[in-house]
Amino acid sequence: MAHIQLHDIRKSYGAAEVIKGVDLEIRAGEFMVFVGPSGCGKSTLLRLISGLTSISSGELLFDGARMNSKVPSDRGIAMVFQSYALYPHMTVYENMAFGMKLAKAGKAAIRERVERAAEMLQIGHLLERLPRQLSGGQRQRVAIGRAICRDPRVFLFDEPLSNLDAALRVATRLEIAKLHHDMEKATMVYVTHDQVEAMTLADRICVLRDGKVEQVGTPADLYEKPNSTFVAGFIGSPKMNLLNGAIAAGHGCRTLGIRSEHIDITGEGAVWSGEVVHAEDLGSDTYLYVDIGAEEPVVVRREGRRAIALGETVGLRPRPENLHRFDAGGLPLH
Amino acid sequence: MTDMTAPLSDTAPPSDARPRALRKEPDLEARRRRAAFWFLAPMLAMLICVAAWPLARSIYFSFTDTTLTSLYDGRWVGFDNYLSYRQLSSGRVVWRGTLADPAWWNAVWNTVRFAAISVSLETVLGLMVALVLNVRFPMRGLVRAAILIPWAIPTIVSAKMWGWMLNDQFGILNDMLLRAGLISEKIAWTANADTAMAAVILVDVWKTTPFMALLCLAGLQMIPRDIYEAAKVDGVHPVKVFFRVTLPLVRPALMVAVIFRMLDALRMFDLVYVLTPNSSATKTMSILSRENLIEFDKFAYGSAQSTLLFALIAIFVSLYIWLGKVDLGGRTPA
Amino acid sequence: MTALDLTKKAGFALAVATIVTVSVFPFYYAVITSFETGTALFEVNYLPQGFDFGNYLAVLGQQAFPRNVLNSVFIATATVGAALLLAVTAAYALSRVRFRGRGLLLMTILAVSMFPQIAVLSGLFEMVRFLGIFNTPWAMILSYTIFTLPFTVWVLTTFMRDLPVEIEEAAIVDGASPWVVITQVFLPLLWPAMVTTGLLAFIGAWNEFLFALTFTASETTRTVPVAIALLSGASQFETPWGTIMAASVIVTVPLIVLVLIFQRKIVAGLTAGGVKG
Ligand SMILES: Nc1ncnc2c1ncn2[C@@H]1O[C@H](COP(=O)(O)OP(=O)(O)OP(=O)(O)O)[C@@H](O)[C@H]1O
Ligand SMILES: [Mg+2]
Repeated sequence: MAHIQLHDIRKSYGAAEVIKGVDLEIRAGEFMVFVGPSGCGKSTLLRLISGLTSISSGELLFDGARMNSKVPSDRGIAMVFQSYALYPHMTVYENMAFGMKLAKAGKAAIRERVERAAEMLQIGHLLERLPRQLSGGQRQRVAIGRAICRDPRVFLFDEPLSNLDAALRVATRLEIAKLHHDMEKATMVYVTHDQVEAMTLADRICVLRDGKVEQVGTPADLYEKPNSTFVAGFIGSPKMNLLNGAIAAGHGCRTLGIRSEHIDITGEGAVWSGEVVHAEDLGSDTYLYVDIGAEEPVVVRREGRRAIALGETVGLRPRPENLHRFDAGGLPLH
Repeated sequence: MTDMTAPLSDTAPPSDARPRALRKEPDLEARRRRAAFWFLAPMLAMLICVAAWPLARSIYFSFTDTTLTSLYDGRWVGFDNYLSYRQLSSGRVVWRGTLADPAWWNAVWNTVRFAAISVSLETVLGLMVALVLNVRFPMRGLVRAAILIPWAIPTIVSAKMWGWMLNDQFGILNDMLLRAGLISEKIAWTANADTAMAAVILVDVWKTTPFMALLCLAGLQMIPRDIYEAAKVDGVHPVKVFFRVTLPLVRPALMVAVIFRMLDALRMFDLVYVLTPNSSATKTMSILSRENLIEFDKFAYGSAQSTLLFALIAIFVSLYIWLGKVDLGGRTPA
Repeated sequence: MTALDLTKKAGFALAVATIVTVSVFPFYYAVITSFETGTALFEVNYLPQGFDFGNYLAVLGQQAFPRNVLNSVFIATATVGAALLLAVTAAYALSRVRFRGRGLLLMTILAVSMFPQIAVLSGLFEMVRFLGIFNTPWAMILSYTIFTLPFTVWVLTTFMRDLPVEIEEAAIVDGASPWVVITQVFLPLLWPAMVTTGLLAFIGAWNEFLFALTFTASETTRTVPVAIALLSGASQFETPWGTIMAASVIVTVPLIVLVLIFQRKIVAGLTAGGVKG
């Protein structure tokens, strides 16, 4: 259980500053997810916390103790990589035991801990296999098991599910959620670019943009009260409709945001109207793309299957309580 | 320690803001750099011992009158071993030193001629063999194994084998050529001044074309097949495809192969020493230099010649890299 | 059209046949010759005339030649062992650790491997004399380092660079020092590369001639190439072709077998090193 504090953390590669002053607190036992567009510095920030990359300036504290120059193995962390990073020549058992062996733990202690972790992840029957004899999902579970065996204060995950196919991704995601539940004393930091992973796993999400923290909050916070047009556009799928120009001016703002599920299709009292230019039928929902004269068509979610034909003109009514208004700087107006 | 937790001022460079004691504490990257130094040290020490120091001593010897029997009694003589002149009482000017020695210029001419011709032939033949081996056909693996044989045979053994085949009285080559009616009487290939160089080049080409072919083949196999298919669909003539597509694409690999072979050819020693001993038609710079160093007890004079060869090769490499824009560095780890 | 196709096919087959014949024939002829003695030796025979082991008995019966083979084996093995030992840690530093001047260092190492060996001959001669190892195997072991070490460092660096970064980082998180990473994580993954590199360096050391010729002074301390080059017959004017061919076959067959076994790996190593073994 570690309480992690980042104070004005910066990282430069040569002249290029990649992390530009991050202040962040991750509470003990919290599941924190980093999201952001590709190249914004998620992995770099995680690696700064792990110690695999050295911090250019600023301060990193675990439970109040300065970590800046501690090597990774002394920080009490464990890391799970996107590519699993199992030792190819070692069996599953040896993979999981390696860290403890280097720490000169006793044979019996090692065996006990490995077996407990294996049981937790249901990989007990795989212990004598080599990584190449495992499926992708099994490999990632071994990697997680290796992390558990280190008995860390902080778990660090860098897109651990990206290499798995859709079904396995869901299964392993549930597994990680369960792991966090079971190991309530461990703090977890998790990097992803997957909306659903972020929303379902996180206690809090940290949205990064271009090396800076854009907003930190619970998934609901970010979804309902985005601090900027950037977060509004980034969190949620499909992304929030962001309207500029005359339509926004009509609401007294520069940019008007409204989520697809907060627009009703209605005959009377319609605020906007336009032609349905495209429709995506997902079975449970249908997304209608309606051209109301803005730069892009507005996306409207309808439950159930679509009953509206392409080319038809519909009237739309955004729910006033769910409108998000932003000023010229992209900041919310209240 | 109080200033540590205080926010760092924005103006001061971060490293200076860090307390002195903490700056000395090495983080992971610093520790790795230190380990890297100790890992490199033995190798570097060894290379200094067997390469840098002997090279420096050789160059030093070339400016002295050291002899084989009294290595430590040499006196500094400046450039006398390279070039000096003396005016005789008759008024005639006598030039001395390697640069005024016709034997040296003969060796230079032999070496350059040998290197230019043999490397050109090897490149053309190597490319041709590679093109053949790049086609899929039954037993291609066996053929590739077969061309490795000349490469695997020690140079001295090749020299002896070919010396036997080129033997004037009992050589199989003369026998073949006589039977084919290409020559009317047996030729003393290695002894005859007119044919000695051709014999040396023949054996060198035979021995090193496989090396060239394998490097070219590796280059060819990196060319995606769809390029050829696209050319075929467009109806481009194969010869044009070779010059417009294949050659430009293998050029980088070829340039590297050529420079390695060229350097090898410029220092040619063993093949000539064994195949055509004491023939002034083939005597290379290396042979002449060693002859003076060891056999004729002109230790310092031979050192001057070896230094000149070194300088020649250094200039050649610089020119080649500069003019050919060979990206040797591109092959170094990023 | 079919006639043209046929001509093309025949031409291609001819090209392949030529390549194979030219590659293999000289060694084939050396083998045939090595089984001939007396007058048979001086007739040009395209096909084997029987198996006369006279030359082999003669060459192996000589005092010196078996010694020469042992010298070569010892020298090449020791050189390669030492080079690999020094190269593994150096290659790790060069491929895995960022530091200033790394590119320059790599280029320097490459430059040393392309050195004309004659350029250091007089300096090395002095050193060999100074160390009192003239005419011993140690002179060769020391001097061969000049080409085996840069070569092994260079090739191992290219191989090690290709190992995934994450595996090393996982080991670092597990608490492995660079030394542990090398010995317990990388070496088990690198042994095929080590075998290839070692074999190429071994061939280089086995074939070396200039240093061996210069740093040996007696028949028993020679290496195989020097012994074969200086093999002389009963009289000074008669070259003992039969025994020379037998000796050549003896020292070449193991090499060819090794090269054929490790064919693919060698090609990979040559391409990685771009250096003649
Ligand atoms: N070793 C390095 N040297 C120089 N620049 C680097 C290095 N590592 C990362 N960067 C740069 O830092 C920025 C952030 O990289 P990072 O890997 O943290 O992005 P990311 O948010 O994880 O992206 P992704 O979602 O694609 O994984 C990128 O612009 C990248 O080019
Ligand atoms: Mg990343």
